Amino acid sequence: MEQLIQQLVNGISLGSIYALIALGYTMVYGIVKLINFAHGDVFMVGAFIGFYCISIFHLGFFPALLISMAACAIFGVLIERIAYKPLRNATRIAALITAIGVSLFIEYGTIYLRGAQPEAYPNTVPLHDLKIFGVVISGQSILILGVSIILMILLQFIVHRTKIGKAMRAVSHDMDAAKLMGINVNNTISATFAIGSALAGAAGVIFGMYYTTIDPLMGIIPGLKAFVAAVLGGIGIIPGAMTGGLLLGVIESLVSAAGFSLWRDGVAFVVLILILLLRPAGLFGKNVKEKV
Amino acid sequence: MRKKKVAGLFASLMLAGGVMAGCGSANTSGSADGGGKGGTIKIGANLELSGGVASYGESIKEGIDLALDEINKNGVNGKKLELVTVDNKSDASEATNGAIKLISQDKVSAIIGAATSTDTLAQVQIAHDNKVPIITPTGTNPTVTVKDGKLNDFAFRTCFIDPFQGTVAANFAANTLNVKKAAILIDSSSDYSKGLAASFKDSLKKDGGDVVSEEAYVAKDTDFHAQLTRIKAQNPAFVFIPGYYQEVGLIVKQARELGLNVPMMGADGWDSPTLVQLAGKSALNNTFITNHYSSGDADQKVQAFVKAFQAKYNGKSPDAFNALGYDSVYFLADAIKRAGSSDPQKIQKALAETNGLQLVTGVMKLDKNHDPIKSAVILEYKDGVQTFKTKVNPE
Repeated sequence: MEQLIQQLVNGISLGSIYALIALGYTMVYGIVKLINFAHGDVFMVGAFIGFYCISIFHLGFFPALLISMAACAIFGVLIERIAYKPLRNATRIAALITAIGVSLFIEYGTIYLRGAQPEAYPNTVPLHDLKIFGVVISGQSILILGVSIILMILLQFIVHRTKIGKAMRAVSHDMDAAKLMGINVNNTISATFAIGSALAGAAGVIFGMYYTTIDPLMGIIPGLKAFVAAVLGGIGIIPGAMTGGLLLGVIESLVSAAGFSLWRDGVAFVVLILILLLRPAGLFGKNVKEKV
Repeated sequence: MRKKKVAGLFASLMLAGGVMAGCGSANTSGSADGGGKGGTIKIGANLELSGGVASYGESIKEGIDLALDEINKNGVNGKKLELVTVDNKSDASEATNGAIKLISQDKVSAIIGAATSTDTLAQVQIAHDNKVPIITPTGTNPTVTVKDGKLNDFAFRTCFIDPFQGTVAANFAANTLNVKKAAILIDSSSDYSKGLAASFKDSLKKDGGDVVSEEAYVAKDTDFHAQLTRIKAQNPAFVFIPGYYQEVGLIVKQARELGLNVPMMGADGWDSPTLVQLAGKSALNNTFITNHYSSGDADQKVQAFVKAFQAKYNGKSPDAFNALGYDSVYFLADAIKRAGSSDPQKIQKALAETNGLQLVTGVMKLDKNHDPIKSAVILEYKDGVQTFKTKVNPE
């Protein structure tokens, strides 16, 4: 029993990181219907920016987190303006292939700039571990979950309560009609990328803190897992991404707990296939009737 | 129209052929004496200078450079050794490309590298086909020199082999730490890790202990909480982790976080300064490794090497990879001297006949499988520093 609870705690920590990355994925998809495969690499860039802030400029965890989020927001907007905007009216598959290209460009560009060797994250927040009935909850996993939940609430607030959020919802509903109503579609999409990339940057810094090691190809697997999480919850739905991420983390931990640790990554993709077969709209998705 | 095209194609092929033939003849004239121009003998280094295990390659390179400085003061048979380095990016296919380049383009007399068994194995066939010897400083997997009972006659190593390391670790656990129940955490994507785990398990059983939990992970994993939670539930008195430093650092850190405070042990794959950064100094307390060499060894040859190394690299204390890289050059230089030639096949013969050569990491004597019979040391981490515990001789 104690072991099972410990495994659930392990799963939730892992899942919160998936959830943070998935939030950005799902937002971008919700607004521009683009699966941004470069999202995992923005996450990697965020981890490195945070790393350099802490190791070279000796900043604390929270300043590093904020700088990394700001830098990633700018980076995300740049990617959108340079790579995706010219393709806005092209086919979906052209945009998808471009996204994969951008992803490889960021990965190998980083290797070119700094080499492929991994880096060890300095530990700046001395957190105390919590021990409840023999179950260990590390201070860092509480921090991760806390930051994820706060960012998700903030995101829900932005999307549902602010002017830019209203514009986002309008653009996602019908881009042309939004344009006719005087909404600046380009700025709205840029804002979406900025927010989504900032979340990825935050996830990168948190990942570095929790797992200590970062390298230029670290974005690939978490990026794919976050994609699975977004689809699991219903791509384009913000609470869905959060739930999908946590669920996926817990599923992976339980697979390992059952003694199949080598099957962990495989199971994540089996989940993707099953959800696409059984409930393509995701757990939180509704079957929306097309308007005529 | 069609005829013209074919004729054009033919003409261009002829041209290309001519160019290639020109290249070939230019190269062969340069390598009449088996490599190198004038007073130099070219040797290659095929190392992991970037990628997942870059720390190994860099350390070996430092050792090689120091040895070359010393040897080139007098030269070997009146000739200087010239090093040609390629980076295999910790990738087996890049290691193959590197070996092909060193042999066909640079015409080296021998190759030192790679650091890991996997990257070395990627070169063995090329070495055999081109009859150029390769020496891995640290590739400990038995299959590097012997595959399916057949000797890879052009492959050599400066280090001892995995089964020996696994046995030493098991004996230490059973006899010194009095361990009865042990757990193993294996990198199932690495032959090195699997080989060590197997020999550890066999030896521990012989010593009256038992392996109560066996878990696995794959290279590049970052989350080991689930496996460690399972291990902890079995209450082992000892955990054996025969992996590489990049994952091991995280495993040790996460194990201590989960309250798994038993002694842990690994092998030479742990030996990297990065390990200490990843795991943290306090988490590494009460962990042990088997290794080829310790700078804390009082042996005279070792102390002379430590002094020379510190003089060249700003007081940095040499690790086992530095020492084995250094020894590999002396192993090769000795063979070139006895061969009296830079011909790769003559060097191969001389390497195989090495007997009783005094090196920093022990006395070099090859058995019939080209495997050195050498001693191992056991080191303990104390506040992030490796301290010399004991020296174990082969039976």
